Amino acid sequence: MSGIRTISFDGVIVGGGGAGMRAALQLAQSGYKTAVISKVFPTRSHTVSAQGGITCAIASDDPNDDWRWHMYDTVKGSDYIGDQDAIEYMCSEGPQAVFELEHMGLPFSRTEEGRIYQRPFGGQSKNFGEGGQAARTCAAADRTGHALLHTLYQGNMKNNTVFFNEWYATDLVKNQDGAVVGVIAICMETGETVYVKSKATVFATGGAGRIYASTTNAHINTGDGVGMALRAGFPVQDIEMWQFHPTGIHGAGTLVTEGCRGEGGYLINKDGERFMERYAPNAKDLAGRDVVARSMVLEIIEGRGCGPEGDHVFLKLDHLGEEVLESRLPGICELSRTFAHADPVKEPIPVVPTCHYMMGGIPTNVHGQALTVDASGNDQIIPGLYACGEVACVSVHGANRLGGNSLLDLVVFGRASGLYIENALRDGIELRDASESDIEQGMARLDKLNSSTGGENVAELRKELQNTMQNHFGVFRNGEFMREGIKKLDDLRGRIDSANLSDKSMAYNTARIEALELHNLFEVAEATAITAEARNESRGAHAREDFQERDDENWLCHSMYYPADKRVGKRAVNFEPKTVDTFQPKIRTY
Amino acid sequence: MLQVSIYRYNPETDSEPSMQDFQVDTGGKDLMVLDVLELIKSQDTTVSYRRSCREGVCGSDGLNMNGKNGLACITPLSETVKGNKLVVRPLPGLPVIRDLVVDMSMFYAQYEKVQPYLINDTPAPAIERLQSPEDREKLDGLYECILCACCSTACPSFWWNPDRFIGPSGLLQAYRFLADSRDLATDERLSRLDDPFSVFRCHGIQNCINVCPKGLNPTRAIGHIRNMLLARAT
Repeated sequence: MSGIRTISFDGVIVGGGGAGMRAALQLAQSGYKTAVISKVFPTRSHTVSAQGGITCAIASDDPNDDWRWHMYDTVKGSDYIGDQDAIEYMCSEGPQAVFELEHMGLPFSRTEEGRIYQRPFGGQSKNFGEGGQAARTCAAADRTGHALLHTLYQGNMKNNTVFFNEWYATDLVKNQDGAVVGVIAICMETGETVYVKSKATVFATGGAGRIYASTTNAHINTGDGVGMALRAGFPVQDIEMWQFHPTGIHGAGTLVTEGCRGEGGYLINKDGERFMERYAPNAKDLAGRDVVARSMVLEIIEGRGCGPEGDHVFLKLDHLGEEVLESRLPGICELSRTFAHADPVKEPIPVVPTCHYMMGGIPTNVHGQALTVDASGNDQIIPGLYACGEVACVSVHGANRLGGNSLLDLVVFGRASGLYIENALRDGIELRDASESDIEQGMARLDKLNSSTGGENVAELRKELQNTMQNHFGVFRNGEFMREGIKKLDDLRGRIDSANLSDKSMAYNTARIEALELHNLFEVAEATAITAEARNESRGAHAREDFQERDDENWLCHSMYYPADKRVGKRAVNFEPKTVDTFQPKIRTY
Repeated sequence: MLQVSIYRYNPETDSEPSMQDFQVDTGGKDLMVLDVLELIKSQDTTVSYRRSCREGVCGSDGLNMNGKNGLACITPLSETVKGNKLVVRPLPGLPVIRDLVVDMSMFYAQYEKVQPYLINDTPAPAIERLQSPEDREKLDGLYECILCACCSTACPSFWWNPDRFIGPSGLLQAYRFLADSRDLATDERLSRLDDPFSVFRCHGIQNCINVCPKGLNPTRAIGHIRNMLLARAT
């Protein structure tokens, strides 16, 4: 007997970051009854930490810029497992989505002509890789994510979106047909649990970088959407693909934007050598992130790392001069002084590759509709469930995301999800109501936690999980070592399922939330581990010591992880863009 | 061992708040206050506080540390601890929900009151609206606000009239839109601010400047609004 209150909406968006708020804005403007459930006040979402910018061919820096060039870079960056129809959609719709943000008030930096300032970022080129480095990343100094997130919150305020701030979604509710008909959510302030019923449930829950011990991600990035989807029996795609950002501050993990290298900064080893010249003779420090991260690790392994332990390298910026640093990279100067005790105006920043972004996630089409694959290998839409932003895998990032493409992904596909749901609602969405037992099933995990006794300390279990992932599934991976890691995870599952919640109080009980988040972290970690062990090749961010080559014959495809039997399957990559010729897989060099 | 004293209050079990002492082994490192709170929470899971980005950009963990408001995640112990003692309290002047978590609704209501969004009803161009670098520069020092409430909850005028005085954070945002060359609602915005309480309760105490973790200057922004209001009245 659940006996809980039900609140009903046309559309419910779980997550108040950039993707969620862009989707919400679209729906709110259409007049449908829309709610955003966010576990933090929306401007505290992790989008706020994005620094360098949003990559998009708006033709400000170069009047002849072309979204097709951006598309080429993104396909190449993905190591050819990004879906070309989705990348085409993102790159061609992008300018419209960026201009909308500007019209909404986003305070972009400007050029002398009054247009949006664009800076060079990694993996960018003109003329399909033939025309040299492009400058395509639209920036608001080095606080683009902050500016974007606040602008979207303001836009939603103007359009009267309903926010359930500091509410935490725990699990999906499915009806007898297997359709998603809302979520169970807890009001953190009062502890009340409610069933939020909806005709369209949009996951915009962000990433899960906290599965690793060293991450640029916020504390809140615990993979809640992936956890909920896997528990509901839905698959995830390319979940082994984790981006390690080249420049996390050594020790603290906080992000130092790629824009630093875009503005002319470069990496040096202990001998002061600009080592990227050896690994990527053309693009140098602006090669793909996976390439730069691996090069840094190799420098460290081969004994050319900096510091007393030789465990990091330096990012040199001082040659850019104080004026450029203070006007273009003021936030980085602040962060470096606070967390590295290094003033970039005078000295280099100690940096090390740090977990940054989940390329995989819930598979969707370009409308944000979540997908699964049936027994005969055909895509099946999951009725009622949508995903956008980092939690989704459309896939525009494939095996390696380009810098500046995450902000574009979240506004373009947040918007696309909203547009699609608006039309679907207009046509009429008929889903059968959840029964009492359907709702109880959605409550099962929470009920179990609330009546639990004993169990181990949540913080210690989380640390053990994070260390396992850090050690066994990092920048370089090998089969034997990963299988050891999977054994450790097997041991952790039961212990995490019965983790301790001694404080059963209602009001703002963050211990309860952290225990629930730990379950989600585990689901993401296990899916990552099993899929990484299965992909017997090196592609993009997935670098195997025991399978060093890309294997297009067997693995030019998405991986699919099915939670019911922990099985890894394959799904075809889309090679059929609508308006341009297919970009054929080539050897990827920078 | 660092002596840490934390404000505790659980509405379900406590009739009144109290301070609880903890001994924390910092390993001799100059940790951030948030790191210390995390160490405490890993042992006593009942301690409640907000946190998210842990790098000073999300504004979740505004707290009162040894008497001064700031963000726990970017306040190193060396900056705040005196005599090996750290006292952590919730931001002053707002109702406490539990422990270090305050009810921010009054603060957010003042933010909403200033219509913190661009108003420009002319048809949008096919590209972006143009803005010169000089005009864009006028937004520096304004748009960076992270809504942490450190300033408003350090302001005696806000303590007295949290329902009527907009407070330093809200006024900084009000000026961010007044100063934006793309915004066309200057007159309407000023009319909404033109009363004895919204702006004029600022008495230039400048606590806001002292505590802003982003180094912003709400007092100066308030001065600009006053000048605009006065210029308009004459």
